[in-house]
Amino acid sequence: MAYALQQLINGLTLGAMYGLIAIGYTMVYGIIGMINFAHGDIFMVSAFIAVTAFTLLAAAEVTSIPLALTFVLIVAIFFTSAYGWAVERTAYRPLRGSTRLAPLISAIGMSIFLQNAVQLTQGARVKPIPPVIEGGLQLWSTPEFTVQIGWNQLLIIVTTVVLMIAFTWMITQTPFGRQQRACEQDRTMAALLGVNVDRTISLTFMLGAALAAVAGVMVTVYYGVVDFFIGFLAGIKAFTAAVLGGIGSLPGAMLGGLLIGLIESFWSAYLWTEYKDVATFGILCLVLMLRPTGLLGRPEVEKV
Amino acid sequence: MSTVVFAHHAMTPAERLRDAGWIAFVALILGIPLIGLTTVDAGGRLAVETRFGLLAAAVAVAFGGRLALRWAIDHLKQRRLARRRAAGNTGANRALAVVNMLGWLALGASVALPIVFSDNRYVIDTATTVLIYVMLGWGLNVVVGLAGLLDLGYVAFYAVGAYAYALLSTQFGWGFWQALPVAGALAAAFGILLGYPILRLRGDYLAIVTLGFGEIIRIVLVNWTEFSGGPNGISSIPRPSFFGLEFTRSAPEGGQNFAGFFGLEFSPMHRLIFLYYLILVLALLTHVFVSRLRKLPVGRAWEALREDEIACQAMGMNTTHIKLSAFAIGAMLGGFAGVFFAARQGFISPESFTFTESAIILAIVVLGGMGSQMGVVLAAALLVLIPEFGRNFAEYRMLLFGLAMVLIMVWRPGGLLAHREPTLRLSAAGTTGKEAAQ
Repeated sequence: MAYALQQLINGLTLGAMYGLIAIGYTMVYGIIGMINFAHGDIFMVSAFIAVTAFTLLAAAEVTSIPLALTFVLIVAIFFTSAYGWAVERTAYRPLRGSTRLAPLISAIGMSIFLQNAVQLTQGARVKPIPPVIEGGLQLWSTPEFTVQIGWNQLLIIVTTVVLMIAFTWMITQTPFGRQQRACEQDRTMAALLGVNVDRTISLTFMLGAALAAVAGVMVTVYYGVVDFFIGFLAGIKAFTAAVLGGIGSLPGAMLGGLLIGLIESFWSAYLWTEYKDVATFGILCLVLMLRPTGLLGRPEVEKV
Repeated sequence: MSTVVFAHHAMTPAERLRDAGWIAFVALILGIPLIGLTTVDAGGRLAVETRFGLLAAAVAVAFGGRLALRWAIDHLKQRRLARRRAAGNTGANRALAVVNMLGWLALGASVALPIVFSDNRYVIDTATTVLIYVMLGWGLNVVVGLAGLLDLGYVAFYAVGAYAYALLSTQFGWGFWQALPVAGALAAAFGILLGYPILRLRGDYLAIVTLGFGEIIRIVLVNWTEFSGGPNGISSIPRPSFFGLEFTRSAPEGGQNFAGFFGLEFSPMHRLIFLYYLILVLALLTHVFVSRLRKLPVGRAWEALREDEIACQAMGMNTTHIKLSAFAIGAMLGGFAGVFFAARQGFISPESFTFTESAIILAIVVLGGMGSQMGVVLAAALLVLIPEFGRNFAEYRMLLFGLAMVLIMVWRPGGLLAHREPTLRLSAAGTTGKEAAQ
């Protein structure tokens, strides 16, 4: 029981991170109907930026954790959203109005490019940083097992919840949110009514990248190691989460993220760890087969 | 910003400078965290190292490159415009004739190659690698280029073929020729197995599920050690023989080896040349097979499906069967290539069947021009040969791959040799079908 509770906590942490990345997929899919294949790599770039920023802070002998986290988050969000913007500008915008396959393939190319650019400029070795936040809260102690929630796990879950609330508010209440939803519904009509479609799409990519940046910083804090390959798997899992929840739906992405995190955590704890990725992919196939629109998704209307 | 980018013709020098300056600024922002700063090991901890010289160089390259690119684009546009005004649009047929000529030339060259370079092991090996990729590209071309189904897990079928031959030959003592059809059928079965449940999915979903399928196969191969040998792979896979004649130094008990039968002096080159011709024949058979299929109803159905799935359904076509046949045939061809790969290497491991490999094969199909058989040859040769020419270049290979995929998509969304015309169409007289897009 205690063991299961611990897995629940671990799963929630993992799920929160997947959820943050998944929102990037969902928003981009909502607005341009494409899967941004390079999104996982944007997340990876952010993790590398976080490592560099943490190392810089360590060299400057900053010891205040809140200060350090704020600094790293700002730096990571700034640079990562620049990457999000650049990806949209080079791989998607020139191909708007082209066939469906073309932007998808240029996005795969972009993903390969980013992965190798990071590998070449930052090295292929795993980058470890010293633990940023240590310790945790003991929730429940039985003679054989202690359930504990780490401060870093708490930080991840709280940050995610706060961001989700802020995001939902932004999409439903602000002018930008209105424009974004207008572009989702009908891009031509939105443009006719004076919405700057290009700008809205760019901003959407930047926002998705900003959330991926937060996830990247969190991963660095949580695991303490980063390498150039983490974007691929995290990207696929976050994408699975987005599809599971119903792509295009923000709460769906979060729900899907949590489900994937929990499934992965419990699968590794009770079944075979080495097959945990097979489980994720298997679930993806099953969900798409049985319910192609996901759990909270709207049925897709095909326009002829 | 957008007005500056789209004003192609009347761009003043000041505008050009501003445009390039903006690009340089973006390059600076993007470059700071990855190029300008890096972390290095310093006694067990990380330390930050600055590379501002490199960053400055990158920004300068971006600035200069943008100026040159803009200039080149503007000039090309104007020239193309002038040419279009001067002449009517007769280029397509001439280009087609050139491509056909090129095809025959390439065929002649590939038949003559081992005779000319009969002593050069390196050339034969590289040419064999090119042909493996050509075959894989032709196989994937059926799925992606003709049927328009984006498959990111194609390497899974390659792996199925390779492991089928490896296991059949090492465990049950099957020969190459016995195993070839069985492995091909097995790969086709996997294609149907994968294809059936996901037929309803469209473009991106399909892509990601096939990617997942490829990864599942790879993870299983890595972890199911008693079946596949795990990460160590399977070694000492027997080599194919020439109608029962082995390419060994000494003749087997009560039989003859290849060199002995033809009264030649033993040379390890015999096997390499044999393998080269073997893959050439397999590839040519693939080509003939696929070109024939394209003219049959099933091939035409693939192309129709690629162009408009809803219209196909409205016409009463069974899209399920059409997609499944594309998947199965593509997978079978991938399986054949896998068998050859295992027989040539004599050793296989899951290392050879990663997503990167799928991406390379896809890149070949896409760069060549989806649906173009000659384009695949061109792209396969390019992608294998470029890194071979400059060894130092090799570590940038994947980087340039990625870049090339983006740039070619942006430049020509259809690929290098894409006409995107149907294989069959009514001629002007309206009586006979005529072969068009090669």
